[in-house]
Amino acid sequence: MTAAEFERYERAPTIAPATKPGLAEALKQLWETEPGIKGILGTVDHKKIGLRYIVTAFAFLIAGGVEALIFRLQLAGPNLKLLTPEQYDQLFTMHGMTMIFLYAGPILSGFSNYLWPLILGARDMALPRLNALSYWIYLCSGIFMYAAFLFGFGPNDGWFNYVPYAARAYNGGPNIDFYALGIILLGISTTVGSINFVVTFLRLRAPGMSLNRIPILAWGTVTASAANIFAIPAVSLAFFLLWLDRNLGTHFFDVPAGGQPLLWQHLFWMFGHPWVYAIVLPAMGMVSDGLPVFCRRPLVGYTAVALGTVATMVLGFGVWVHHMFATGLPSISLSFFSAASIIIVVPSAVAVFAWIATIWTGKPVFTTAFMFFASFIVLFTIGGVSGFMTGSVPVDWQLTDTYFVVAHIHYVLIGINVFPVAGAIYFWFPKFTGKMLDERLGRWNFWTMFVGFNLGFFPMHISGLLGMPRRIYTYPDGMGWDWLNLITTFGAFVFAVGVLLLIINIVVSHRRGAAAGANPWDAPTLEWSVSSPPPPYNFAVIPTIGSRHPLWEGRFPPEADESRSYIEGGMVLDRGRETIATSALDAQPSVILKMPEDSLSPIVLALALTAFFAGLGLNWWWLAAIGIAAVGIDLFVWLWPEPSLGETAEPANG
Amino acid sequence: MADEHAIATKLPVGAIDTRATGWWAMIFTVFTEASLFAYLLFSYYYLAVQPHLPGTFPQGGTPTLSLALPDTIILLSSSIAVAWAQFHIEHNDKRHLVWGLAIAAFLGMIFVAIQYFEWADKSFSLPSSTYSSLYFTVTGFHMAHVIVGVFILWALCFWSAKGYFNRVRYAHIHIGGLYWHFVDAVWIFIFFTFYITPLLGLKS
Repeated sequence: MTAAEFERYERAPTIAPATKPGLAEALKQLWETEPGIKGILGTVDHKKIGLRYIVTAFAFLIAGGVEALIFRLQLAGPNLKLLTPEQYDQLFTMHGMTMIFLYAGPILSGFSNYLWPLILGARDMALPRLNALSYWIYLCSGIFMYAAFLFGFGPNDGWFNYVPYAARAYNGGPNIDFYALGIILLGISTTVGSINFVVTFLRLRAPGMSLNRIPILAWGTVTASAANIFAIPAVSLAFFLLWLDRNLGTHFFDVPAGGQPLLWQHLFWMFGHPWVYAIVLPAMGMVSDGLPVFCRRPLVGYTAVALGTVATMVLGFGVWVHHMFATGLPSISLSFFSAASIIIVVPSAVAVFAWIATIWTGKPVFTTAFMFFASFIVLFTIGGVSGFMTGSVPVDWQLTDTYFVVAHIHYVLIGINVFPVAGAIYFWFPKFTGKMLDERLGRWNFWTMFVGFNLGFFPMHISGLLGMPRRIYTYPDGMGWDWLNLITTFGAFVFAVGVLLLIINIVVSHRRGAAAGANPWDAPTLEWSVSSPPPPYNFAVIPTIGSRHPLWEGRFPPEADESRSYIEGGMVLDRGRETIATSALDAQPSVILKMPEDSLSPIVLALALTAFFAGLGLNWWWLAAIGIAAVGIDLFVWLWPEPSLGETAEPANG
Repeated sequence: MADEHAIATKLPVGAIDTRATGWWAMIFTVFTEASLFAYLLFSYYYLAVQPHLPGTFPQGGTPTLSLALPDTIILLSSSIAVAWAQFHIEHNDKRHLVWGLAIAAFLGMIFVAIQYFEWADKSFSLPSSTYSSLYFTVTGFHMAHVIVGVFILWALCFWSAKGYFNRVRYAHIHIGGLYWHFVDAVWIFIFFTFYITPLLGLKS
């Protein structure tokens, strides 16, 4: 074959202005999801999938919140009998599992799914069908675990599910089996989603968006996703080994036969600690991109923040034993992990100082989004300091398994996840819907959440220091915790009212909010260059990027390597669903990618996998066999080489 | 640049060699799968160094190499067959592509068969002890991967026989081949762990 043969598979893309007559209509024809049931089940549009992620995760946030409110009533005073111990165990476990696995990770995946192609200048994620698969498996796994809960078989051993209590001998029902299988199923969703983010980050940035021009949100999510790729197998394996111990009589965790319960803790926290960073780093990225918009200047210390994000994650793989300081490990091990846990404060502090400096040297505009982003810095610092304290072994021995740790995790997860997410909703809702959220209601929303949160969770530090153990379903009076618990319960309800105000604002503004326009905040990044909501194809022509803030160019003295971005025109790419792939470092055009049409393969695969896991859970082996066979057939159809995707010897159109 | 024009450089269209998104996705799939096996082997070593009664870890004494060693050689040969197939499609030789894939798939099936005989030959079963749990779980995980790999190889072989690929467009072969090389490479670590480390003294 000659060079001419290769040329049959090549094309020089046309360059045209974005306003080229007929282009928008033609692209809309190509990219729009078809109406009707097939479109609903088969869409691969990252914007639809992103919104589904956000809405589903929010529903789980509400479910997990209601669970918390119920057991906060039980804990409002001493010796209350609202819940039985078994009900309490299931509720607090469901609360933790829901918030950590079904809300905190997926909500950020939702934002990133929606925003990534828009901020990177692409027409979709790199692997659109995998994106749909990720969402459907997430939904199925959530329903899977909640179905077990509604039948009375919710997990009841805390979200980190320690053996031996999770072993068959002490926990005879199917509760733990469904939890184990549900988490493995969810792990598949997270893994394929993470692979999609990493590949998109490396391949789908607009021409010119070299590594030093990528918005921090993308850095946060890609770092979290890379961590997931290495960390998720640990938890999936831990739960699978537990399932084997419980169902097939293996002996991984039982001592008389030579097993070791601490293996569970190692495997769980090798995953668990990186996961904590995975569910905060993208949120920190949203703040790093959103906060500067309201300070009217670029982020201070972009490079330090981006590198700090990656450094936090790398160190995050070396701190898992700080969850196990009280298990009797050798002191050399405690010293190493204590040191690592304290050092990890450094890259996080870099980001904190960068945000403070951005506010300090900027001209802050006090919108609701700004309030959420700025308050996050305060909550992050409090949660960081309490984490730093328990990184010290002697302090940890005093505080482990007390409410102090409960306070810490809530400052970290609500402070660094829920507050940035609320801010991100105020910031990007106009882009999602074309409507502004109400700022007046927004103030009420913010202050109710902020006051309620601190009222609810700050006293937990004190009840923990006074010795109140976590995970007790009630306590005697006269311990000195009564009034602290009452305040905590009261604060929790105030916080819940705050979340309710957010929901009301979303519902009301979605109907009759002020029209947003393309760029209501005068923000600098690419997503604000397209209409609100964006068209199905995102960009009529592929933009070329010359700086970190393409829409603010000319306002600030350019840095050394900056040039002008060009978004009014670019590559047309209209022969079928197409987008451009670029080189990983410098983002030079590398190949024209043919993107897939809508497809039912992802949802069928998700259902087949769910059938497989349901079969394992119920010990219906025939169902598991049908499920896995269906998985194989579905993949064979899905991966069939398609001429329209440029996968076969037949040259595609163009 | 107000008017419409074509840029000078031509770009390839579609799934081309290592520029295909599927190739990148498979690289990271291999990373996550490799992590899974790393955690499995971590579990083995972690449990191996716990106190055990003499002679119970490995249960039945150091496992014999009589089936495992030839099996290892067969599996590694299958990787060579896939590499041979990949080499030929890069030179547009579609017939040898099909043959290479078919040979690799057959060798994979022989590996599974021999592994099955080795399992059947053991004096213990899955629930016998911690060692037996580890042995069957780790080799079982690997065998499941080999079986998936054999299905992939047959699918690739079928598509190759239909003439879907040529020297420009063969990303599927590249991607499936990468998976198969991974499945073979990870066996070396499992083989070393279960068959060699007891010889080096890691036993009770």
